[in-house]
Amino acid sequence: MAATSLHREAHQARRRQQISGWLFVVPVLLLNLIVVVIPSIAGLGMAFTDWSGVGSMNFVGLANFRQLLQDQVFFKALIHNLIWTVFFLTIPVALGLLGAYLLSGIKRGQMFFRVAYFIPYVIAAVVNAQLWRFLLNPRIGIGPALAKCCGITFLDVAIFGSRDLALFGVAFVDMWHFWGFLLVLYLAAMSAVDVELYEVARLDGAGRLQQFRYVTLPSIRPTLVFTILMITIWSGLVFDYVYIITGGGPANASEVMGTYLYTSAFERFKSGYAAAVGVFMTLWVAIATGGFVLLRRLGWEI
Amino acid sequence: MFRTRRTISTLPNYIILTLLAIFALVPILLLFLNSLKSTAEINLSPFTLPQEPLWDNFVTAWREGNYANTIKNSAILTGFTVAGVIVLAGMAAYALARLNLKGGNVISFYFLIGTGVPAQLFIIPLFYIWKQLGLINSHFGLIIIYIALQSPFATYLLRSYMVALPQDFIDAARIDGASNVQVLREIILPLSWPGFLTAALVVGLFTWNEFLFAVTFLPGTDLKPISTSLYAFQQRYGRDWGLTNAGSVIMIVPVLILFLLLQRNFIEGLTQGGLKA
Repeated sequence: MAATSLHREAHQARRRQQISGWLFVVPVLLLNLIVVVIPSIAGLGMAFTDWSGVGSMNFVGLANFRQLLQDQVFFKALIHNLIWTVFFLTIPVALGLLGAYLLSGIKRGQMFFRVAYFIPYVIAAVVNAQLWRFLLNPRIGIGPALAKCCGITFLDVAIFGSRDLALFGVAFVDMWHFWGFLLVLYLAAMSAVDVELYEVARLDGAGRLQQFRYVTLPSIRPTLVFTILMITIWSGLVFDYVYIITGGGPANASEVMGTYLYTSAFERFKSGYAAAVGVFMTLWVAIATGGFVLLRRLGWEI
Repeated sequence: MFRTRRTISTLPNYIILTLLAIFALVPILLLFLNSLKSTAEINLSPFTLPQEPLWDNFVTAWREGNYANTIKNSAILTGFTVAGVIVLAGMAAYALARLNLKGGNVISFYFLIGTGVPAQLFIIPLFYIWKQLGLINSHFGLIIIYIALQSPFATYLLRSYMVALPQDFIDAARIDGASNVQVLREIILPLSWPGFLTAALVVGLFTWNEFLFAVTFLPGTDLKPISTSLYAFQQRYGRDWGLTNAGSVIMIVPVLILFLLLQRNFIEGLTQGGLKA
């Protein structure tokens, strides 16, 4: 008798614990549902309408997507996102790997350098934008100074006002703020590499470059591949730096999907159309993630 | 002899690392230097020390940028967002880490997908839903958004701390008849506070610096936080470099001080965020 009631009590206590456990999770789930999930579904639906943000909303089927595929500006923006991806997969990754490799080879000052490289990453986009608008200013910035003192003239132009350079100028500023973050990620991965592997490589006569190529790179591959995936995703979604520095200009020369979506929705009031851009951007993320998963399924050890 | 050889072999490392540090830090240093010059002096010599530090820039920027108000706005947004995330994510992390929830894996998976959805997919509908609810131009409305966006990441971070705690303490408290809330408050919190500090710093930094949602959901001038009001300030005083530089410095000084004091937590939290989000 006593044993069964004790058993039942324990059972009830477990149930109570389960229920109150779920109550602990519900607020976060509910907020996420309201702010992210429901509006995301609404966004998918909105992409098939001609809604302007006010008034009636009509279902227009695939009209927005058909229009997008013929939209010169959107096409330009998409190309810019691809250029952005290539830029970010090369320069900051190279800088991060170089810095992390050199940093993992020293002891004294490692902390100082790590902090120094990370500082730009914690500074707000509005401030970094201000900083580089100032330094790259065609009248008083680095460009005219270099031209005057050393005859180096390639920077002596209005970078953010130039159709050819605006996109790269903005990408450079974002890169300057980002590469130190990559460096710290790579450094963490490199400090986990077994020191003996390097010793064996050295005994085999491997120089520094060869050690990097045959020991470091393979050992940090998971982190490297992960950052490549993240960079690819982020490059499709970039918004802040472009919007703040050039607003996508001049004449769409630095337009990316993110800024095009924003101005379509909130300045030209084409909500349905902008939502279609949003669906495209989500596709970008899905394709990048899907490709990553697929390669892994196919047996690539990434 | 060994020592010299080692020093020589790491010398190239130090040279390149120093060049990289110059690349990272000198632009920020120039921002500080040029926040202490008049615009006329900046136009003449942007790369030198100020002849005489012009602290007036800060006074003017503070007044013209209405910083007393915008810093208050940012403090409200940041404070409530951090508090909300810490409480809600702390609870969720505790349940996921410690209570053997049936279906806990589903939630973790849901968070993973939920954080993968780009803001651009939901920001337009969210704007019109918030408009319907009267939450545009409301700090409360934006705080809700920030909490929702940051909680999944913070839950992950805190969960990984709580999973590592020894079960013995919790069992002992359970035998004494402690409830879930008591266990969380008396045992989990004191033991995993470094995790909470890290989560709070990352969420705080995100909120302080946030631009996209702030510019969209708080268009009214009086309510703007420091990031979007600095943006407006830069647009208005475009060529007045002394002033806009001073305005920028005001925004980053609190961040830099906190970062230098607690850089371990910041770096750990932000890199974890990058790895998990």
